[in-house]
Amino acid sequence: MSENILRIENATMQFGGVVAVDNLNLEINQGEIVALIGPNGAGKTTAFNVVTGVYQPTNGAVWFCGEKIIENHPQGKMKKLYKGQHDGEYQHVLAPTPDRITKLGMARTFQNIRLWKSQTVFDNVLIAKHCRTTSNVFSATFRLNRKEEAAQRAEVEELLEIVGLSDVRGELATSLPYGKQRRLEIARALAAEPKLLLLDEPAAGMNPQETDELTAFIAEIRDRFRLTVFLIEHHMNLVMDISDRIYVLDFGELIAQGTPAEIQNNQRVIDAYLGVAEDA
Amino acid sequence: MTNSKQRQKLILMAAVLVVLLAASMAVDAALPSYHIAIKVIKKATVYALVAVSMNLLNGFTGLFSLGQAGFMLLGAFSYGVLTIPVAKRPGVYQYFDGGAIQFSLPEIFSGFLGDTVGSTVGMLLALLVGGLLAALMAWLIGLPVLRLKSDYLAIATLGFAEILRAFFQWNALGPVTNGSNLLKNYPDFTHATSYIILAGLLVAVIVLLINSTYGRAFKAIRDDEVAAEAMGINLAKHKRMAFIISSFFAGVGGGMLAMYNGTIAAASFKSTMTYEILLIVVIGGIGSISGSVIASFLYIFSSEWLLRGLDSGKFLGINAPGLFKNGFRMAVFSVIIMVIVLFFRRGLMGDRELPDLLDRKPKRRKEAAGK
Amino acid sequence: MQAILPYLINGISVGGQYALIAIGYTLVYGILRLINFAHGDVFMVAGLVMVYATAAMPFYLALPLVLAVTVLLGFAIERAAYKPLRSAPRMSVMISAIGVSYLIQNLAFYITGGVPQPVVNPIPWISGNIMVLGASTKRVTLVTPILTILLVAGLVYLINHTKIGMAMRAAAKDFETAQLMGIKINAVISMTFVIGSFLAAVGAMLYFTNYPSVAITSGGMPGLKAFVAAVFGGIGSIPGAVVGAFIIGLCEEVIKGLGYTTFSDAFTFALLIVVLCVKPTGLFGEKVTDKV
Repeated sequence: MSENILRIENATMQFGGVVAVDNLNLEINQGEIVALIGPNGAGKTTAFNVVTGVYQPTNGAVWFCGEKIIENHPQGKMKKLYKGQHDGEYQHVLAPTPDRITKLGMARTFQNIRLWKSQTVFDNVLIAKHCRTTSNVFSATFRLNRKEEAAQRAEVEELLEIVGLSDVRGELATSLPYGKQRRLEIARALAAEPKLLLLDEPAAGMNPQETDELTAFIAEIRDRFRLTVFLIEHHMNLVMDISDRIYVLDFGELIAQGTPAEIQNNQRVIDAYLGVAEDA
Repeated sequence: MTNSKQRQKLILMAAVLVVLLAASMAVDAALPSYHIAIKVIKKATVYALVAVSMNLLNGFTGLFSLGQAGFMLLGAFSYGVLTIPVAKRPGVYQYFDGGAIQFSLPEIFSGFLGDTVGSTVGMLLALLVGGLLAALMAWLIGLPVLRLKSDYLAIATLGFAEILRAFFQWNALGPVTNGSNLLKNYPDFTHATSYIILAGLLVAVIVLLINSTYGRAFKAIRDDEVAAEAMGINLAKHKRMAFIISSFFAGVGGGMLAMYNGTIAAASFKSTMTYEILLIVVIGGIGSISGSVIASFLYIFSSEWLLRGLDSGKFLGINAPGLFKNGFRMAVFSVIIMVIVLFFRRGLMGDRELPDLLDRKPKRRKEAAGK
Repeated sequence: MQAILPYLINGISVGGQYALIAIGYTLVYGILRLINFAHGDVFMVAGLVMVYATAAMPFYLALPLVLAVTVLLGFAIERAAYKPLRSAPRMSVMISAIGVSYLIQNLAFYITGGVPQPVVNPIPWISGNIMVLGASTKRVTLVTPILTILLVAGLVYLINHTKIGMAMRAAAKDFETAQLMGIKINAVISMTFVIGSFLAAVGAMLYFTNYPSVAITSGGMPGLKAFVAAVFGGIGSIPGAVVGAFIIGLCEEVIKGLGYTTFSDAFTFALLIVVLCVKPTGLFGEKVTDKV
């Protein structure tokens, strides 16, 4: 039990009558790179949003570092509408806001880049350090926290060096080319000092060369920061190259899990991606 | 960018401040305190403080709040109620038996600090109380109201200010607020320089806050709330913090406005006052402190002095009483404001500050150097 | 009961007037997601025009003129102040609306010289007194709710059964898609402003016959209250706005009847804050969620 860092337990996310994620069970172990794949609309990002607290699951629980951080059961009008399983198994409600989950040691990137537009590259990363700030607003305003501020700035410098964005640190985040914006989002997530890094389609819109660089980059930061990585991706080269294990979602349901080799030969996965003949 | 550039900017700012201060001291020395120049400086300074406090919320945190007049009202009344000399209370509170409160902070402190120092301390304290009261109120209403999104927040805060106004006009509170009658006969700072120093210090605090880690968090919330929350910024806590701090300064600003006006009536703290301040912020540039300050001075200077003639028949030597009659000045003003709102949406300064004008490339910022 | 009756009758009448203004807010918000802060001032201008026009010509000429001027004003505001900001952030448009409100008030101040313009029996028959259930009241008190209901019925028909109404519904549902589907979005928006201003003009003519004068600030309060009514009923919903307006009108008059006139305005805003916090979508509103 203590080995896995993240465990999603019987999580169902239902919007009105639509089941976006259906009874998802998933475990990620310390130090692994795990990919979540599936056709468009399979519920991958929804699963991410459940884990990071953006959505509250309709039913089920999420464990992080051996502690239950999220739990819910159908309430109000969802009681009638609920179509999932394990109804009645969960009694409590644990619904931390995303910032609390980030503070616990999870940080994410977004499918559609969400950088702070009017801020420089440097500030984008520095702001992510805010959640690790210990000084209160008074001491921060009157500069009684010089030490902490200087330390944070030094860390950000170092981080920018590592991700290769030092030379553009003064530019506006949105003036960077697309690939670098993706990198910056990862740097920003790293600045929050996560144990688990969640990447939502980090290679979206990248050409093959950029994708290869990114693959190497993810592996590198995993080793350097002793991270666990959970990612959603459509670029199969990237997924097969770096994932230790893969989970496959289709129509909200988990249809397969295993090593890249196992997934590549799984008939259900192939069917999900390519479709099946009517009478099959 | 280099450190020398940083130093240049600091020197520029310091020079601007010294010149301003020297100018206001010279004006104070040369002119009597009822002179229009002194009045303009005092009023503009107060508006600058309030505009900056509003900018902190609307420009830097992205919370479109229209409650400023309400918080100013709290500050104004606290100041009046706490500083009217005891001997003058029966006259002011003539319908309420001299009022319920029978002390005056400046008088209490004059007792053991001497007249000048004591009354100044008392007045400052009364302003502080006003600010704290406004902050307390912000804390209370922030709980429900700040969960609302953009325009709903605007209308809720506007409504809240109206509720406050009604309360302060309520006869049952008359022994404290004097109901719908005026509060008057309280002390004022004689010199414009006192206003500039006080408001300047408060604005400096806001500048420090904005450039601190909390200020950066506010800006992150403004730019992208979802990303800010995902990066560990507690939205509720930080929005509330910005709301409370902004209200504190609006409260102090309200106290200073009362000081300047010489009388306080709840009826004058209408939504129009909030609109006026909002438009000053827009003229200066949403997200620019120096823009708000400059716009306040421009606005007050032209409306109180430069364009007076538009209202009284004669302007630039043209004598046309039929055209330049009462109200023409404000009509011209609102047209100018609409032109700015529609065609110069970034205002005077955009989101840049005065020292940034030294930079060649407007995109690059102070923070670019990292340190 | 006998003591409170006049207030109830008044409440229904005031509610009807608020309803006519509230529809303007709710239509515009439904499509542009904009609180048209200038709408209350359009209402005030309608009152002023009525005062001037009825003094200069017989009322059967004056009233159409009031309608025409108000509709034109609403149309012009949209074209001049909102259309250029179509792609700007919502905050900019809201600021523009506040700027327009400020402009109209200041222009009105200049024209009237800041003096409230007395309303002298502008529409003869309607200001006459009648007895209702033993209480004396003006005819307008009875005319208002009836006229309101008729106009709302007409509007609902327009929206549900005509082509322009369908276009309006489409635009309210999804602005961009409606545009892509070939709906002339600018025409639709202009139409909503025309309808809103028309109803506000009717509301103003009814409202100000009950008041001794029209001041430049006369539009502010009824405007804000009508907006609260629109929010209360669920912004974007016409029946919601009407029901909300009648409830607010009634509550307000009853509060006045109980002797708390100072708080009749405050009550409206307290109601607003409570509604926003408890059920931000109002009585008939639909829920919208943000996508991450």
